[in-house]
Amino acid sequence: MQLLFERSHAGRRCTILPSCDVQTCELDPSLCRAQAPRLPELSENEISRHYTELAKQTHGVNDGFYPLGSCTMKYNPKVNDEMASLPGFAKVHPLQPEHTAQGCLEALYLADQYFCEITGMDQMTFQPAAGAHGELTGLMLIKAYHEARGDFKRTKILVPDSAHGTNPASATMAGFQVISIPSLENGCVDIDALRQATDENTAGLMLTNPNTVGLFDLNISQITEIVHQAGGLCYYDGANLNAIMGIVRPGDMGFDVVHLNLHKTFSTPHGGGGPGSGAVGCKEILKPFLPAPVVTKDESGYHLCNNLPQSIGAVKEFYGNFLVVIRALTYVLTLGKEGIPEASSNAVLNCNYMMGHLKDVYEMAFDKGCMHEFVMTLEKLKKEKDVSAMDVAKALLDNGIHPPTMYFPLIVHEALMVEPTETEPREVLDHAISVFHKIYETALSDAQILHEMPLHTPVRRLDEVSAARNPKLRFQF
Amino acid sequence: MGSYVPSTLKERQEMLESIGLSSIDELFAHIPSELKLNRELDLPSGKSEMEVNRLMNQIASHSVVFNTIFRGAGAYDHYIPSIVKSVVGKEEFLTSYTPYQAEISQGVLQSIFEYQTMICELTGMDVSNASVYDGATAAAEAVNMCCERSRNIVFCSEAAHPDVIAVIKTYCWASGHQLVMLPVKDGKTDFEPMSSQLDKKTSACLYLQSPNFFGQLEEVEKAAEMVHSVGAKLIVGCNPIALGMLKTPAEQGADIAVGEGQPLGMSLSFGGPYLGFMAATHAMMRKLPGRIVGETTDVDGKRAFVLTLQAREQHIRREKASSNICSNQALCAMTASVYLSAMGPQGLQQAANLCYQKAHYLAEQLTSLPGITLKYNGPFFHEFVTMQKDADKLLAALEKEGILGGYPLKDGSILWCATEKNTKEDMDRVVEIIRKELM
Repeated sequence: MQLLFERSHAGRRCTILPSCDVQTCELDPSLCRAQAPRLPELSENEISRHYTELAKQTHGVNDGFYPLGSCTMKYNPKVNDEMASLPGFAKVHPLQPEHTAQGCLEALYLADQYFCEITGMDQMTFQPAAGAHGELTGLMLIKAYHEARGDFKRTKILVPDSAHGTNPASATMAGFQVISIPSLENGCVDIDALRQATDENTAGLMLTNPNTVGLFDLNISQITEIVHQAGGLCYYDGANLNAIMGIVRPGDMGFDVVHLNLHKTFSTPHGGGGPGSGAVGCKEILKPFLPAPVVTKDESGYHLCNNLPQSIGAVKEFYGNFLVVIRALTYVLTLGKEGIPEASSNAVLNCNYMMGHLKDVYEMAFDKGCMHEFVMTLEKLKKEKDVSAMDVAKALLDNGIHPPTMYFPLIVHEALMVEPTETEPREVLDHAISVFHKIYETALSDAQILHEMPLHTPVRRLDEVSAARNPKLRFQF
Repeated sequence: MGSYVPSTLKERQEMLESIGLSSIDELFAHIPSELKLNRELDLPSGKSEMEVNRLMNQIASHSVVFNTIFRGAGAYDHYIPSIVKSVVGKEEFLTSYTPYQAEISQGVLQSIFEYQTMICELTGMDVSNASVYDGATAAAEAVNMCCERSRNIVFCSEAAHPDVIAVIKTYCWASGHQLVMLPVKDGKTDFEPMSSQLDKKTSACLYLQSPNFFGQLEEVEKAAEMVHSVGAKLIVGCNPIALGMLKTPAEQGADIAVGEGQPLGMSLSFGGPYLGFMAATHAMMRKLPGRIVGETTDVDGKRAFVLTLQAREQHIRREKASSNICSNQALCAMTASVYLSAMGPQGLQQAANLCYQKAHYLAEQLTSLPGITLKYNGPFFHEFVTMQKDADKLLAALEKEGILGGYPLKDGSILWCATEKNTKEDMDRVVEIIRKELM
């Protein structure tokens, strides 16, 4: 389809702004740009149709099943969006006088309390804009904690080799050296390797539990204790929290700091890649280092407190992606103390159900009861039939199903990571199971056709190599 | 209680039995009991949609919504065309993930490609990424792009937005870059202290914002010359509406242009979500953080778009990645694209001009009152600082009339902002209220 710039016709326009109602003055021409930017010139009808056409070429949760592992693509409730558009939230200037922003501060204060209870932490900050940003913030808290104690030798962060790629990247950005800890064959942390790697230079450990293969690491208390005994702190990557809400809390597993992906676990829309929110919670010992300001409450109302002399400073403008927090707060209020564990229970049920009905043909990377996601390995299929994880994923596209996460975690070959979430009804899971079976049969009978799929999508497989080799990153006029 | 779980209790039981289990608890039986919460969460009971709606409305009503705003300071009250909300509210855009599966994500991918083109056009730069979290993190990420092992001294203007400075400080502390702040003189950055410290071996970059926090236009070209003479980079923070008329960062010699994209169709939202835009010269392309969309073809030769240059990124490079960023602000980037399409080149120029004219009218009217003067005399775009007595009293008087006045600065001066939304009538009313207060 055409680009906006190809649809453009000189002289076409929308009539948005009025003419000037004050006497005008000249701007010194030497301060002005030489040429106007070549923005598209279109009527409103053309713009509207353009984006409607683009929408038709986009698969969202609303278009069908989206079992993208590690991303928790659950349904995004509409009431959340409506609450986020209330003028008392959406039309408030971030630098309004405190007494005129009490509703916004109250919402942040409530969200702080609720998310602390869910994670077992003592205080939250909502400044981080995304999961990776939360990781960076959490690691900075750990760094500030050690430095405040005069302990400058703690330069190493331990990260399992099964971790999300953001973990080591965040640790580097926070100025740490990354020590990779090998995983056991069952995907859990190798306790002996951890013990060996932990010493007086260890600043902390980053971990997610359930881990990236969807298993709950039963040694978790021992793991966090090993790190604590060496003087390090433990960071919980909240990407997989949807498995355990109201059942186990990161704080009770021995973690000192956690980030939540409000856009995963707490149902706020992903928006094609953002905006999200990577809220960070921490235990008492890390509170002095939180980004300023934090919201406090006394008899006169809610306040933005900037008096944090040991704070790491700001990690984002103002108070974070506020309207995302409003959506997540609406979600927590809706589900409440009964609905939050119910969501996790059913996420785990849906996942075990799918895994249970697929393992007759597909090989599971770890054939145990899974939590909210499971990983299959297509290594055998690849070897015997030359059908890869990518081929199966692309075949799913022709069936209206968004593929699982491919080739992750790195410790599993030909991996497909499936996370159905709790908001899918049984018949959707049954349909997906039958599609997976059908694809498997095709792999045995006619592998060649799988290499050609998808056949019925708006575009077919792309030439990614030439995209990277000869980057065309903008329209050429 | 509220719930979004579709399956009935009976269905759940059948599902459990079909995989050889009898209860939900069995799914969690392997987790050691001493780790489990073993109690209810201390949260309110779940609620129906109607109850939640009422409660959230109640909370929202505790904030004051100003219909007339003369406060900017990093968050600007511009008119948002109706088409913007209608487009970005489409569920396909709202509920999709990062477009990993290009075959079913062409809508998002093409919209980002169009966004990248528009950001290049606005800034005059060669390449843009798919956006970052906000203007402040864009600046901090840009600083990281410029630092190398030995070149790690970062100069930063004190006249930049305080939050941008704060975030640059935090990031520099974390990664061990040395930060040197340049003072403000007459409302602009004083480059003098930098000239003696600029060094071919150690200087990494300068971050300069223009128009700066006080609304003043900086001498960007002069700064470019200075830093380039030692091979350091210039990062320019810019306002996207101002770029409808002002010189582009590229014309002024920037290596990287960054800024807060909120003015391009995003509501004030108590500070977020906003949009960090980021564009650079070709030479710095492979150092850009975050997602980038490129054009290619599919197996049938059809034009298509895809996430590209991924060898920079964390999922491939892990601890050696150029940044940890794996998301972007796609929906906000789309907001900006729709806004810029609706405005078109003339509309954007008109918005910029209206901001400029109204701010100058307001400045003139305010300073015609006895006891109010402009603090700085340099050229400004749509923000300016006045010196007067009793800032708090004046702003309180405006607030009583439903007007959010300028932003009070620590020294008692006020930072005012006018946009196309402020009518002559509003501005005359502000002047009248202040005149009465001063009497």
